[in-house]
Order: sequence, then C-alpha cells, then structure tokens
Amino acid sequence: MAFESNVDIEHPVHDLRTEAMKNFELKGFPSKKEEAWKYTSLNSLQKIDFSIFPKEENALEYKEVKKYFLHEIDSYKIVFIDGIYSSYLSETTHDGVDICLMSSALTKPMYRPVIDVYFNKIASKDESLTTLNTAFSREGAYIYIPKNKMPKKPVEIIHFSTGNEASLLLQPRNLIIAEENAELQVIERHQSLTSNEVLTNSVTEIFAADNAIVDYYKIQNDAENASLIDNTYIDQKSKSAVSVHTFSFGGKLTRNNLNFYQNGQHVDSTMKGVTILGNKQHVDHHTLVHHIEPNCESHQDYKGIYGENATGVFNGKIIVDKIAQKTNAFQQNNNLLVSDKATINTKPQLEIFADDVKCSHGCTIGQLDEDALFYLQSRGIPKKEARALLMYAFANNVLASVRIPEVKARINKLIAKKLGVNLGFDL
Amino acid sequence: MAYTEEELKKELETKEYEYGFYTDIESDTLPVGLNEDIIIAISKKKEEPEWMTLWRLEAFKYWKEMEEPEWANVHYKKPDFQSISYYSAPNKKPKYNSLDEVDPELLETFKKLGISVDEQKKLAGVAVDIVMDSVSVATTFKKTLAEKGIIFCSISEAIKEHPELVKKYIGSVVPKRDNFYAALNSAVFSDGSFCYIPKGVKCPMELSTYFRINQAGTGQFERTLVIADEGSYVSYLEGCTAPSRDENQLHAAVVELIALDDAEIKYSTVQNWFPGDKEGKGGVYNFVTKRGLCEKNAKISWTQVETGSAVTWKYPSCILKGDNSIGEFYSIAVTNNFQQADTGTKMIHLGKNTRSTIISKGISAGKSQNSYRGLVQVNSRAENARNFSQCDSLLMGNECGAHTFPYIEAKNKTAQIEHEATTSKIGEDQIFYCNQRGIDTEKAIALIVNGFSKEVLNKLPMEFAVEAQKLLEISLEGSVG
Repeated sequence: MAFESNVDIEHPVHDLRTEAMKNFELKGFPSKKEEAWKYTSLNSLQKIDFSIFPKEENALEYKEVKKYFLHEIDSYKIVFIDGIYSSYLSETTHDGVDICLMSSALTKPMYRPVIDVYFNKIASKDESLTTLNTAFSREGAYIYIPKNKMPKKPVEIIHFSTGNEASLLLQPRNLIIAEENAELQVIERHQSLTSNEVLTNSVTEIFAADNAIVDYYKIQNDAENASLIDNTYIDQKSKSAVSVHTFSFGGKLTRNNLNFYQNGQHVDSTMKGVTILGNKQHVDHHTLVHHIEPNCESHQDYKGIYGENATGVFNGKIIVDKIAQKTNAFQQNNNLLVSDKATINTKPQLEIFADDVKCSHGCTIGQLDEDALFYLQSRGIPKKEARALLMYAFANNVLASVRIPEVKARINKLIAKKLGVNLGFDL
Repeated sequence: MAYTEEELKKELETKEYEYGFYTDIESDTLPVGLNEDIIIAISKKKEEPEWMTLWRLEAFKYWKEMEEPEWANVHYKKPDFQSISYYSAPNKKPKYNSLDEVDPELLETFKKLGISVDEQKKLAGVAVDIVMDSVSVATTFKKTLAEKGIIFCSISEAIKEHPELVKKYIGSVVPKRDNFYAALNSAVFSDGSFCYIPKGVKCPMELSTYFRINQAGTGQFERTLVIADEGSYVSYLEGCTAPSRDENQLHAAVVELIALDDAEIKYSTVQNWFPGDKEGKGGVYNFVTKRGLCEKNAKISWTQVETGSAVTWKYPSCILKGDNSIGEFYSIAVTNNFQQADTGTKMIHLGKNTRSTIISKGISAGKSQNSYRGLVQVNSRAENARNFSQCDSLLMGNECGAHTFPYIEAKNKTAQIEHEATTSKIGEDQIFYCNQRGIDTEKAIALIVNGFSKEVLNKLPMEFAVEAQKLLEISLEGSVG
C-alpha cells in the first residue's frame, strides 16, 4: 500500500497506529455475518475506490456554506474541508480552554501530557473500523476544558467535502475532555457539497471527569451520496452528565456506534435520537451503555419515521455489571413505518448481572392513529399537514431535552423540511 | 430482615435433585459413535421402510457439513458426538396390550416420577405415550382415541402404519438442514410421538408424552409430529425428567406442529431434566428445535415451564403462513446454581391479519444465566400483522444474570408491534408489606414469584399447572416456601 509515504514514523502516536493497522489488517471490514453488522452491509461502499488522502487543499467561501452553520448564535468553529483544517472558516481559542486541532495537539509537546493520558484510551482497540481510523486519522477537533471552566459559547465541528475528488474517504478523529466541574456544548455536522461519493469514518472520544457536563448534538443531514460511520466512545466519572442527541435525516448509509462507559457513581447518561428517512436511506443506531459502577442512570429514547424504501436499524445494548447495584436503565425505541417498502429492524438488548436494578426497555412499531388524523382533518387541516403534525408530535419529546434553543429551532426546520410541509407555526 | 440472601443461597445450594435415581432396566444399546452404519442399524432396528433410511442418511450428510452453533448466550463443553450411543431401548420389548404387561421395574420408575400411568389413566383421563430412553413404551387410551379417528402412537409405529402422513409432513416445518441439532436429530432420531387429528375433530382428552433419559451415556433424540387437520383441536402435553448423573447428557429433539385451516394446537411442556449439581457438574444439554406451521385461521399456542437442564437452547416458533392465523408463546424459565438457559420464540408473520403474543418470564437464582432471545418478523405481504411481546426477568441474588435479545424486523407499514421488557428483583417494600400482614418472608417470596408467573401458569392445562407450580417451588426451594 502506498500509505507509508504519508505516514510520519517519528510521530508520538506512531506505535498506536501501527498496532491499530495490524488489527485492521487482521479483521478487515465487518461483514453481515457479524452479529453487530447483521442488518447493515458495507459491501456497496467497499466497491468504491476511495482516495484516502486528498491531493490538494480546497477553499470555500463563507457565504456559500453559511446555511450549514448555526449562524443565529455565536460559536467557536472548527471547520474541515475535505479533511483539511480551514483556518479561514474556523474560530478556535486557547483562552482558558483549548478548542483547536487534533493535529497540533498530537504534535506539540505542551499537549503531550494530555494526549498520553487520554488519546485512544477509551476507543476500541479491536473494533475494525475504529482501528482503521486510529491507523489513518490525521485531523479532527481537540477540545480540552480545564477544571471549573466553561467555554463562552458552544463549539461547532463541521466537515465539508467539496467533491473535487471523485470519491473520498474521510477519517476525522476528535478528542474531547471536560475536567472536573467543566461544562461544554458541541454541535457536530458532516456536509457534502456535491454528488460525489464520500465515506466518513469518524471516531470521537469524550472524557467527562467528576461533575462535568457535556452536551453533544450530532446533526446528520448530509446529501444522499454521503455515508457516515460514526464511532463515539464516552468515559464518564462520578456525577458527570453526558447527553448525545443524534438527528439523522440525510445520508445514504449512516451507522452510529455510540458507547457509554460509566466509570463512576451517580453518573447520568442520556442518548436520544430522531431519525426520519425516505428514499433508499439506511440508518443504523448501535448504542451501548455499560453500567460498571453502582447508583447510575441511563436514559435512551430513539424515535424513527421510515418512508419509501428506507431501512432503519436500532440495536440498543445495556450491560449492568455485578457490582452496579441500584442502576436505573431505561430504553425506549418507537418507530413509524409509513411506506410498504420501508423496513425496520430493532433489537433492544439487556444483559443484567446485578439484582437490585431497575431496567426496562420498550419498543414499538406502528402507524399514525387514524382517529387522530381524522380529528385534525375534520378541523380543516389538510391530510398531509395533519400527518406531519402527528409525526412531529411523535418525535417531539426527544427535542425537549435539547438545551440550545437555536439547535432546537434548526432541528424543527429540518424535520418540517424532511416531512415536506410548512406547519404554519414557528417550530 | 430475618431471611437473608446468604441463607437463601445456602438453601438453594443444598437442595438436591429429587428425581435423581437410576432404574436398573436391561437396555439394548448400540455401540457408541456416529456413522452411516449406525444410522442404518437404527433404521433397521426400527424396521423402517427404505425411504426413511434414505431420509436419515441424507440428513446425516447435511449434518456432517454443518458446524455447531455458537451464537447462543451459553457456555459449555461441546459434546463429543462420537462418544454417544445413539440408540438405547428397554430390552424386554413386548408389544403391550395392557399396562399389566409392562416391566414392573419400569412402572416403578413412573411411580417414583409421580406419573404412574394407571393413576393418570384413571384420574386425569390423559392418554400418555411414554418415551423412555427413546423408545415409546406404553401408549394408553389408544382405543378411545381410535374411535374418533385420532391417531396417537409412537413415530416409529406411524412410519410403519401411516407412511403417507409421515412422508408428507415430516421435515416440512423443520427441514433436515434447518440447523445443526435438527439435522442430527433427523439422522438418528430413535423414537417420539405422532399425532393426527382428523378434520373437524376435537380431541376429547389431553394427549401427553413423558420423556425420561435413563441409560448413562445416551443421547435422547426424539421426534414429535403433530398434525391437526382442518377445523380440529388438540391439546398436547409433554414432560421431561432425567436421573442425575455426573456426565452431561445430550437431548436434541425436534417437534413439528402442523395446524391446517381453522385448526388449533395447544402444546404445553414442563421440562425438568437433571440440571446438574450445585457445582454445575453434570446435567442435561437440552438443544431442541420446536416449530409450528399455521395455515388459514389456525392457531398454535406454545406454553413452556423450563426448570431443568444444565444448558437449554430452545425456541418454540410459529410460522404464521395462513391469513388470520394466531401464534402464542407463554414461557417461564427458571435457572438456579450453574444452569444456563437461552430460550425464546420466533414469530414469523407471512399471512394477512396474523397475530402473535409473547409472554416470557425469566427467573434467575444462584450463579445461573437466563436469556430471552426472540424474533418477531413481519414480512412485506403480512398486512395488519399484530404482535405484543412482554419479557420480564426476576433476579434473585447478585451472582446470576438476566439477558434479553429481542429481534424485531418489520417490512410492512400496517404492522403493529409492541415490545416491553423489565428486569427487577423482589422489592423490599413488597416483602415488608407481606411481613407486616403476618406472612413470613419465605411465604412472601413464594407469593410474589407465583404472582410473577401467574400469567403463564394460567395458560397450562389444569393437571399440568399443579405440577408446574410444584416444580417452580422445587427449583427455587428456600426462596419459595
């Protein structure tokens, strides 16, 4: 392979990369024979000849891409174009907190102590796609919030792909650390600007120390030529609260591997998602909550609306270790199938080894209530809008926990657009 | 609290298997090992026609190409298939006309089991087909059934006397190459029950089979085929026990149910194979394939109470092929000590307006692992399919595990599927409430476990429900008064 010429052998994480590469060579891409990939095939992606390292730097004008930013509010921005950092579009800071680049964090000696402690510590060392990322990722966001700090504004991480390459493989790598009592809000987005194929294999590691609060919003509304494999690993210490909201509306194939490890007591983990798909879109949500310590809570709520030929997959796994007594773990997955050709596969899974726990999961697949629809129609609301209104209501309680009002407003607009209606009130 | 978990644990550990005794009956056993000659020998011993021998050999061919499944959430030492004797029949085998002719030692065995044939005959009005170490020894009430045109006999008898029915239906629901154990069973099955209910006949009594593994080092491979012709009804009971023995015994059965248009089959199982001792030594490996096919407006209902076996791997399923057909699954699985159970169901919705209900209750104690694994599949042409699933787990002690693996696949927009699962322990407040009303802790736990399982116990036929309740108590003795 021609990768060697692009790899810096002197790099501090070179050993990790070599190790990871070995693992990937051993395992290869996951196939449908593996239980975790039973419902998602990567075959179509493997046929494409992706270029791994873009040849040239590409620039974008802010006004061209302004709509993809959360422009209503001020935010720190870490922007990548075809995987390469764009200083022109970005706004980073070192003022009390570090919101900057992975590449500089990996190379500059001043970050070395943090990298040594955190980099690749929680990310899987044997999951093949994660190790592929570890082996080849060069860039991403690096966010370090020291004790008792909170950045003045939310952080936006945006990846643009320009389509200047016929097909591109992006492998961003993010490292996010919130020390004791720190607080942080992150909004992440991947956006392809043309109809050329893009595959993103992203890995994010989040460390939340005691009492830290992290809110992470993933907006997945990419063009329908883009595929995303998003691997997120979260390590939580005592009394920390981390929430991840995933909004999946776009993309061709999206696979979310969201892993929570509760390494402390009184931890609160929240994962919520709204998925609305049409066409031949495929979204696979794979969540894992590992309750390692006692007295913790986890809340999961995923809503899905599947139309046309779309396929939705939900696989939620809760593991409660023997010592993790007094765990409260809740999982909810509700789905609406609105087309004859849409498919939903769901597997809410519990593995419980402790006895003094409250664990429950619920899962439904159904249709809109005909009576409710009739009620709305009888009051002069056209059928299409009535349906959209009901679907909106169906997804709404996931939005209730979104803490940035502008993000909520943006998601509402995306939902209305995806449902193809103007609901006539400001969502 | 007067009653601590420590005490509970101790009591559970010291609890011995009550049905562990060995009956000394001369058996006619084939040499250990598995090859084509053995299969031909089994077939010959059973005086089978040639098509059956060929059928077995074909299954054996498939089996050789297959690998033992590893996906289940159970861990055990793989049985060595070459060190098992595939056939063991009680030696003195006259063709009985009445119970009096049965080997008195055998009858003694049944008495110890508490299923004394004649007693059941008189009291319960149950026709029993007993399979002891693979050969059906006694079939009672045959005459009464024959008057209605019902065929209830051993499968080997059916192969000889009703080849057209057997040929048509055997392997139609569980094909020879369905899975590793089904293929093995198809190749070597030694006996089992056959039941045919003619058109429009409502079987006047509960049909029952009792399985028991007796001979050391034998695997039991029985095959059950139940056919309910159009508009008929049958309720079928199956119970299993095995004497305690140090080595693991293998049990790989196949049960096929066929419910033709408007027919209804109710199949109840109480399984109490030897679960191994408190160190997890010995016990039965229970790898069973059970499946039913529903034609139009037909209904199949599986009810199971699983308290035995060291390792259980069992998924009674319904293929809802006909429109308006109904599938039901009610299960209680109790594991204690080192038992492992991976059990559940598959509901495959193919026809329109098909409905299925799944109620599964898992109780784990000791160091056991209890898993529910289920599949609800709605195919694209199954309009208005409806499913409701509920799996509840109860954990007793902090060294056991409860797991749920529900797979739900929907390809039709009119499908309505609900699934809910909970895991909990017996609440301290519940026990306090009982204590406060003068009910001691042990009785309180019994009350609560009983209440927890009631939904399923209620589905069992009366005589069986009593036995099942007894079994629950034995399995969880110490916690259940």
